[in-house]
Amino acid sequence: MTTTLTRAEQAWQLLEGLSDPEIPVITLRELGILRAVREGADGLEVVITPTYSGCPAMGQIEDDVKATLAAAGLQARVVTQLAPAWTTDWMTEAAREKLRAYGIAPPHACASEPPGGASVVKFAARSAKADVVHCPQCGSANTTETSHFGSTACKALYRCLDCMEPFDYFKPY
Amino acid sequence: MGAQVTAVTAPVDYLLHLADNALILGQRNAEWCGHGPVLEEDIALSNNSLDLIGQARLLYQHAATLIGKGATEDTLAYFRDVPDFRNYTLCELPHLPLMSATAQGDRDFATTIARNFLYSALMVLAWEQLQSSKDEQLAAIAAKSLKEARYHLRHSRDWLVRLGDGTDESHARMQAAIDALLPYTREFWVASAHEQAAQANGSGVDVTALQPDWNAIVDAALAEATLKRPADSAFVPTGKQGIHSEHLGFVLAEMQSLARQHPGANW
Repeated sequence: MTTTLTRAEQAWQLLEGLSDPEIPVITLRELGILRAVREGADGLEVVITPTYSGCPAMGQIEDDVKATLAAAGLQARVVTQLAPAWTTDWMTEAAREKLRAYGIAPPHACASEPPGGASVVKFAARSAKADVVHCPQCGSANTTETSHFGSTACKALYRCLDCMEPFDYFKPY
Repeated sequence: MGAQVTAVTAPVDYLLHLADNALILGQRNAEWCGHGPVLEEDIALSNNSLDLIGQARLLYQHAATLIGKGATEDTLAYFRDVPDFRNYTLCELPHLPLMSATAQGDRDFATTIARNFLYSALMVLAWEQLQSSKDEQLAAIAAKSLKEARYHLRHSRDWLVRLGDGTDESHARMQAAIDALLPYTREFWVASAHEQAAQANGSGVDVTALQPDWNAIVDAALAEATLKRPADSAFVPTGKQGIHSEHLGFVLAEMQSLARQHPGANW
């Protein structure tokens, strides 16, 4: 057995530990953003996939990838690949646990919603909501959505009705 | 970027039509940034804009690759003029019901919600079909955009129902917004030359065929919101052919002024 790593393997090892700029407790690999490192025609290529189309962290992520590799004397081109489209279903179980510990409720599995089959937030009492989101602080299922959108494109705002803590929910995408 | 020229590519005007819809509506929704009726909605509409502008960027990048000749996402967004834009007239209208006396100030939340609802109900159906576009890059963009459009539909439909089936005041304003905007959706169902070309080479969707499903989404939501659907009018807007309302020029003036005063500016 040889322990010599190829350039791509070496780069992958370096990038594996790189954390997300918005949610520093999980890595880009755990999130499913870092897809591959490969030898391309013009040298090393790092393949990343965007989360939301307009996620403002993508520029930062590209810079972080380049800086991490440059610090180890590696040069790479960052390639953005759209297909297959990123989904929160790629998030590892370990990453979900880290999110919970950090105070963000991890995403449910993606059920593809039928068009127009939207449920209504309870402002006044309306139809029942499908998914129960557990409070990351106390574990209670007695929670309510306060806003469809939260501090970043990937999160919604919730509130626990038992411990009264507001919290972020990582939306299934 | 990673855009690759595939065997079948969508007509550039068709990509610009999809991109311009997203950019102009994104710009309009962004006008609420810092002015939302409540903090959560300020954030919601800004997030909605972020998604739409993100979709526009992906589409412009793809179009720029096909155009070549130094075109970039920025030249397409900032250095084209009103007749070059291919967006639906619906997307460029200001946030007030034009024919209604109920609008207060220059931003009416009901109008914003009605527009986002009517548009995202269409795009949920259109992106779904475009996932199997023969233009592989467009198919990839559609798969991403569909997830976002579904969420936008959920958000706007939710408010449509809450306001429509709310107080007398919110009901009246929601109805006024629907009455004002619904006639503009007639543009959806008359295919333009670039839409026909896209459909012919397998890259585009036959948008007129989406009308029954769109009607079902809209009618169900209006019924739940206790709102009435206004009768169809004869007027068919022509924004996607480059013949716009008087409002687009003002949107572009604000959106493009910085890029035009400082070409190539970076930050």
